[in-house]
Amino acid sequence: MNYLNAGYGLKSWLLTLDHKRVAWLYFISITGFFFLGGAAATLVRLELITPAGDLLSSDAYNQMFSLHGIVMVWFFLIPSIPATMGNFLLPLMLGARDMAFPRLNLMSWYVFILGGAFTLTAVIAGGIDTGWTFYTPYSTMFSNGAVLAAATGVFIVGFSSILTGINFIVTTHKMRAPGLTWFRLPLFVWAQYATSLIMVLATPVLSITLVLLGVERAFGIGIFDPALGGDPILFEHLFWFYSHPAVYIMLLPAMGVVSEVIACFAHKRIFGYKVMAFSILAIALFGFLVWGHHMFVSGQSIYAGVAFSLLSFLVSVPSALKIFNWLATLYKGHIRFDAPMLFALSFIGLFLIGGLTGVFVATLALDIQMHDTYFVVAHFHYIMVGGMVSAYMAGLHFWWPKITGRLYPEMWARVSAIIVFAGFNLTFFPQFILGWAGMPRRYHAYAEEFQLLNVFSSAGAGMLAVGYLLPLLYLIWSLRYGARAGGNPWDARGLEWTVASPPPKENFATVPRVDSEAYAYDTPQ
Amino acid sequence: MTRPNNQTTVIVAHQFETLEQQFDADLLGMWLFLVTEALLFSGAFLALAVYYHQYYDTFSAAARELHWLLAGFNSVILLTSGLAVALAEQAADQHRRRLTLWWLSATIALGVAFLGLKGYEYYMEYRAGLVPFLDQPFAFSGPDPHNAMLFYNFYFAITGLHALHMIIGLMVLLVMLVLTYRWREGARVARQVRIAGLYWAFVDIVWVLVYCSLYLLGR
Repeated sequence: MNYLNAGYGLKSWLLTLDHKRVAWLYFISITGFFFLGGAAATLVRLELITPAGDLLSSDAYNQMFSLHGIVMVWFFLIPSIPATMGNFLLPLMLGARDMAFPRLNLMSWYVFILGGAFTLTAVIAGGIDTGWTFYTPYSTMFSNGAVLAAATGVFIVGFSSILTGINFIVTTHKMRAPGLTWFRLPLFVWAQYATSLIMVLATPVLSITLVLLGVERAFGIGIFDPALGGDPILFEHLFWFYSHPAVYIMLLPAMGVVSEVIACFAHKRIFGYKVMAFSILAIALFGFLVWGHHMFVSGQSIYAGVAFSLLSFLVSVPSALKIFNWLATLYKGHIRFDAPMLFALSFIGLFLIGGLTGVFVATLALDIQMHDTYFVVAHFHYIMVGGMVSAYMAGLHFWWPKITGRLYPEMWARVSAIIVFAGFNLTFFPQFILGWAGMPRRYHAYAEEFQLLNVFSSAGAGMLAVGYLLPLLYLIWSLRYGARAGGNPWDARGLEWTVASPPPKENFATVPRVDSEAYAYDTPQ
Repeated sequence: MTRPNNQTTVIVAHQFETLEQQFDADLLGMWLFLVTEALLFSGAFLALAVYYHQYYDTFSAAARELHWLLAGFNSVILLTSGLAVALAEQAADQHRRRLTLWWLSATIALGVAFLGLKGYEYYMEYRAGLVPFLDQPFAFSGPDPHNAMLFYNFYFAITGLHALHMIIGLMVLLVMLVLTYRWREGARVARQVRIAGLYWAFVDIVWVLVYCSLYLLGR
């Protein structure tokens, strides 16, 4: 008897209060959104093969990159690891039978779907061309797309992440098994906790900003409209006060996953556990103080610019600490290159490049050259796709045997990891060069001399598509034909590996007692 | 009516070990939710502060058109409802069903009175031509009506958002009234009333901020 065969039929899934089934609901929906956002990106890359704007009209192109951004940020990246693996694993890692609020957990999925429905309506009803940032006054006065419906969708989906955040924080505080002190928690839990703090503290500000944007567009209330005495820069401040921390909503869970995977496949205790935990919290904290670095050329005061630039540099300190600690964990480890490890190692390399180029764009003078060029596009894709999505794939493969009770085909998974790594670099490295040479983002036509690198980039996007479609196929295949996984196929440590795969409905027959630290790889389990 | 039985067995939700753990979790959840609510309002207050700084004289003049005495009286009503809900919590803690019902009803009555007076205030502003949207003529007589409009936009957006929270709070209190009336498990009702009371107290406190930052500007 496990959580999968504890009940059959649609109702047992759609009305489930089991955190593991809610995780599946999220898995399926965000996979749908991922491929929708991917399809939009494919059209963008197809258009950019030739310098002339021939495949898509400029309007259609604007709608495609907006759709890509909105869907990927709010409907894939932000929910991705917390809502799927976080939901599935947090109670298991804490030795709890469920989340503190199972109903709220299910409700957050329905809220997510409702928000998705609004956004999809916006896409069908005329599209939206503001980019994912909804900058005023364009979004309130000039854009003739379905801004209101899309903003409503994002507003609604915000509540989904607020509810998830509240649930995670309360669960971590109140549901830990006896003996599971804060410094015995796996780093995955620390990462989820810090992410939830950001969700709870930043998302409401986005909500009120979108409300003000919505009433301005609907009733002509001029809060951001310069013609009515309002200030469009204020919108940018409020928007980035959420949306920069949102980058860490995406990234911190990825760091949590990578810590688990590296420790397991190096078969070693994680190096500098406390530094790792505190650097997660430090990144979450600094993340709130750097939003102004998106606005260096928007006309904010130079003193604000200097302060924001300096604070942005500070983020690189805890980030670098984490990279050094992962490398130190690998040192003298018994390393196995299974697929999760390949994805985790790609995370480290790609995140490193993304992070270092982040220092470039956080520099006041350099940013004036690079603002709104493909350099920025490449930088944040290295963080979000190279970093975050690689970690998502690492975690998905690592816990797939736990979640489904089946092993995925190892060879295909390694092939996919290598294709994704190569395809990713082929797609986005040329964009650094393009941006450096001055190619601006968000145009559907460009100068002749940029064509060669754009062709590379589009070819890489094709490889990426193959790399992401492969897991979709073999993971579904493995649900039926994969070999049975035992309770702990990786010889990993952690409470989630002490229960059967797939876990029983109530997780633990008796509440476990914890008397050792996380990552006790030097002792047999 | 018989006195409720305090010895009913209490059922703990399956994911918790003890009722105490469940209560702690519920309370922490509500506090966190209130943090998000505070941040929701803070965005609007921040924007108001920015424009107040920018258009100091106009905003002060516009704020003087508001009915600050009436709203002050309304504040007294709302704060009294805060007292009533605190007494309801205490009564529920002592498992006094009748008294809890009384104080909850008093809270709801005062809350409805507040909303009624607030509606009357909106009506007077509508009559005075101070509604700058919905295609209404804007009849502000002071200097710089253009930016005064911005003030009234904030006034309606913030008080409207607060009124929305009042309505949600009143619905929560109505549910509490029903739960208290049924009185299944004393300990559970006390817990639920306490958590609902927390929300109502928050709505009270936000109103104090709204009153100070809109009505008392320039006085």
